[in-house]
Amino acid sequence: MVCESWKTKLDTYLDGELPSEEMRAFDIHVHNCPYCSADALTRVQTKRAIQVAGNRFTPSAEFRRRMQQSIAAKPRRGRFGFAWMTATAAIAVLAVVGLTATYNERERVRTEQVYSEVADLHVATLASSSPVDVISTDRHTVKPWFQGKIPFAFDLPELQNSEFSLLGGRMTYLDQTPGAHLIYDVRKHHISVFVFQEWSLRLPGRLNENSFAPKNVSFNMETWSQGGLRYFVIGDASAADIDSLAKLFKADAS
Amino acid sequence: MYLTRLDTQPDSFEELAMPLFDRLYNFAHWLTHNREEAEDLVQETYAKALKGFSSFRLGTNFRAWMYRILRNTFLTSRTGLKATMTLSLDSEEDGPELPVEGDTPETILMERSNLQLVQSAIDELPVYFREILLLCDVEEMSYQEIAETLSIPIGTVMSRLSRARKTLRDGLRLQFKKG
Repeated sequence: MVCESWKTKLDTYLDGELPSEEMRAFDIHVHNCPYCSADALTRVQTKRAIQVAGNRFTPSAEFRRRMQQSIAAKPRRGRFGFAWMTATAAIAVLAVVGLTATYNERERVRTEQVYSEVADLHVATLASSSPVDVISTDRHTVKPWFQGKIPFAFDLPELQNSEFSLLGGRMTYLDQTPGAHLIYDVRKHHISVFVFQEWSLRLPGRLNENSFAPKNVSFNMETWSQGGLRYFVIGDASAADIDSLAKLFKADAS
Repeated sequence: MYLTRLDTQPDSFEELAMPLFDRLYNFAHWLTHNREEAEDLVQETYAKALKGFSSFRLGTNFRAWMYRILRNTFLTSRTGLKATMTLSLDSEEDGPELPVEGDTPETILMERSNLQLVQSAIDELPVYFREILLLCDVEEMSYQEIAETLSIPIGTVMSRLSRARKTLRDGLRLQFKKG
């Protein structure tokens, strides 16, 4: 094939996504090569055809009106404007104290939200008729299944000398972030292990240390951050079992 | 749509989100193939975004954030789960981009400019290919924005986009034979 090495990057060039030096080299080549210029022309026409064809659906006026009504006059993000600058020092101190208390309260609420969401994911999955999408006790089958489905890799511990057995895994989402959901069994108790990228979750600061779930979540839970990943281990098994499984993951990831 | 400075920051969720309404609806309809489901999907997206708006991080891309919510909501819906169960994305990671094998589909486009032909070919694409093609060529997102929206590395954006375009060309060729 003529100019094969150029053609492999032609779409990236036409998307304007090559580094500037390569873009310049491509400009020169495409202008001087009749094969690549013809190919580029047809690809641009395809892109334009997709653009025209892709603008296909328009929301109805009624739907737009409903949406506008439902979100009108909803929360406004706080601004630091003139009023703040002219506030007295005393008021500022009071405000700082108040804000700190509000921040702490929001952190506490957010922490509880995260625990609740993880518990919901665990319960909803076990209640499902197909709790796992990849069914296997073999970690070398389960781990590769996630390849291409989640934007990170993680290790699964060896379970040969433990009481735990792997049942399988599935993709999951927490806070709009994709992650891995693994299900383990120990003496007929099911335990979920969730793995997410730490940076992409909006987690409260108080989750940064290992911690067990508060009393109002009726499961035992452990969470920690390691190697840029956030782990949650949750289930109705004993706290000791949850901790044992967590330790296996920690040892494997270290 | 990056929000980095307080003095340029729009006041409300409505000011930020409503300009994206038409685009999000179009994208939702392409994903669901159904008007009612598209409306439900957009509605749920806005409800989730509104709920999480207070924790939306300045300096991050609001448009990508909204599309990511919509896309993740779709993927966890019954229609989304059904649509994604049929495609294996094995071996796409950072693979080489594929060269075009012949230019017949483009020639077809040049000669016929058939809008319906292209729409049918996009419709026939598996959802992972359809969404990335629409984000790139219709929404004109950069690779970085697409990576943020789909939560995948840029290398995967490039290889998946390349495969999507090749599949579309094959689809156009097939549509042409049918027509």
